[in-house]
Amino acid sequence: MMKVLEYPFTEASVRALTAGQTVSFSGRIFTGRDRLHRHLFDGGHSPVDFHNGVIFHCGPIVQQVNGAWKVLSAGPTTSIREEPYMARIIEKHRVRMVIGKGGMGEMTREACRRFGCVYLQAVGGAGAVLARCVEKVNGVFLLKEFGAAEALWDFQVRDFHAMVAIDTRGRSVYRKVESASRRALTTVLRESGFARHI
Amino acid sequence: MRHVHWVKNLKELIRRTSTDLPADVEGSIRRALKHEARNSHASWVLGTILENAALARKQGVPLCQDTGTMIFHFGVPVGFDTNALLASTRDAVALATRDGYLRQNTVDAITGASFATNVAPSSPVVSFQQGARKTVDVRLILKGGGSENMGHQYSLPDTDLDAGRDLEGVRRCVLDAAWRAQGNGCAPGVLGVCIGGDRSTGYWHSKEQFLRRLNDRSEVTVLARLEERIMRDARRLGIGPMGLGGRTTLLGVKVGAVSRVPASYFVTVSYMCWAFRRRGVLLGPEGGVQRWMY
Repeated sequence: MMKVLEYPFTEASVRALTAGQTVSFSGRIFTGRDRLHRHLFDGGHSPVDFHNGVIFHCGPIVQQVNGAWKVLSAGPTTSIREEPYMARIIEKHRVRMVIGKGGMGEMTREACRRFGCVYLQAVGGAGAVLARCVEKVNGVFLLKEFGAAEALWDFQVRDFHAMVAIDTRGRSVYRKVESASRRALTTVLRESGFARHI
Repeated sequence: MRHVHWVKNLKELIRRTSTDLPADVEGSIRRALKHEARNSHASWVLGTILENAALARKQGVPLCQDTGTMIFHFGVPVGFDTNALLASTRDAVALATRDGYLRQNTVDAITGASFATNVAPSSPVVSFQQGARKTVDVRLILKGGGSENMGHQYSLPDTDLDAGRDLEGVRRCVLDAAWRAQGNGCAPGVLGVCIGGDRSTGYWHSKEQFLRRLNDRSEVTVLARLEERIMRDARRLGIGPMGLGGRTTLLGVKVGAVSRVPASYFVTVSYMCWAFRRRGVLLGPEGGVQRWMY
């Protein structure tokens, strides 16, 4: 079932992906969350080249052991908080893949469609499993300014698993689930109410 | 009391809480997996969750990188020195952070500057209750920010939800909160609900529900029935693990009630992610471990 992706990514390779596919890849990912997104959105200097790259919404737990960084736990953080910033960052930096959890909104979905980017869902809370995928920390940027949880970490990962949740044709797994669950909720609420016999 | 002794055991409580998912939660996820279709998104998510729980426990690393808000509940003997206990707790938090069991996860509200030790105003969160007891009962919950953001408070009546001031109104609020959360609180989660109180006690008591075991039953018969009903309803929403669809949207609903003023009827819902980190320990008068809980 798991589709193994070639790395590095290109616009054509991500346009070939479909929402609902589970994928695995080995390569380089950059972490970034609230402060980095705001920084890039405001036109701040980018310390790395995001072109054709991957942004992982993640604030890891890292430890320095004998001068080397060790990643202890590194699951995704909620992506929707970056919705105001994401589309502009995808357009300006030509990011090919955004990984996070919970999905994103209409602006990001449209940016994915226009500029050739996909949004992937990693398993939220699976910090230990995803940290195990990090083979090496290539570097860290903005550590002093943003702190360890908000810094931009440059990770070398192996066999990183995630699911394509928003693809370049505008399909979104979340939109489907959200509207189906809305209908289910309406049905559940229409049924006989909770009767109290105290 | 010997400070070092207390710090050591409180730090061990933090380590266990962060790295070792409680058996009731893990068991409930294992059962949920059996109800999901093979090769579905839901089974992929739940399978990864179980693999993660086992790995975190084996390696002694935080199962989720968001070690969240640290909420300590202390039950102490009458006349116990809670200032000293708070000092030990803060030291334990700083050491657990240094050793990587907690993320540097506390920032200044205005500047965003990080507190390296996680010790700061209001961090950790503590509550002390004196009682006729000889031991110190400590319970710790680590509550991630993603789940915390999914909490909601309703003031009844709520015309949008057609929710009146009765338990049917409560049911409508709780299901609305579950729907609004979708997968964003790291579903499948547990809802803690408080009926009544004011705005601040409502949230506090809704989170106190997380001290209950998932398989317990409310002592208040009508609330036990309400919990069962909401669980049945939630299974039909189809939101599923991480909001990717599936049968398992919630692992539990725990409802409590406190008094209120006649003018207010609050229903407060807190969301706890599947990474439900809850542990407890009974410490003797000198800080020695008598028994681990959960």
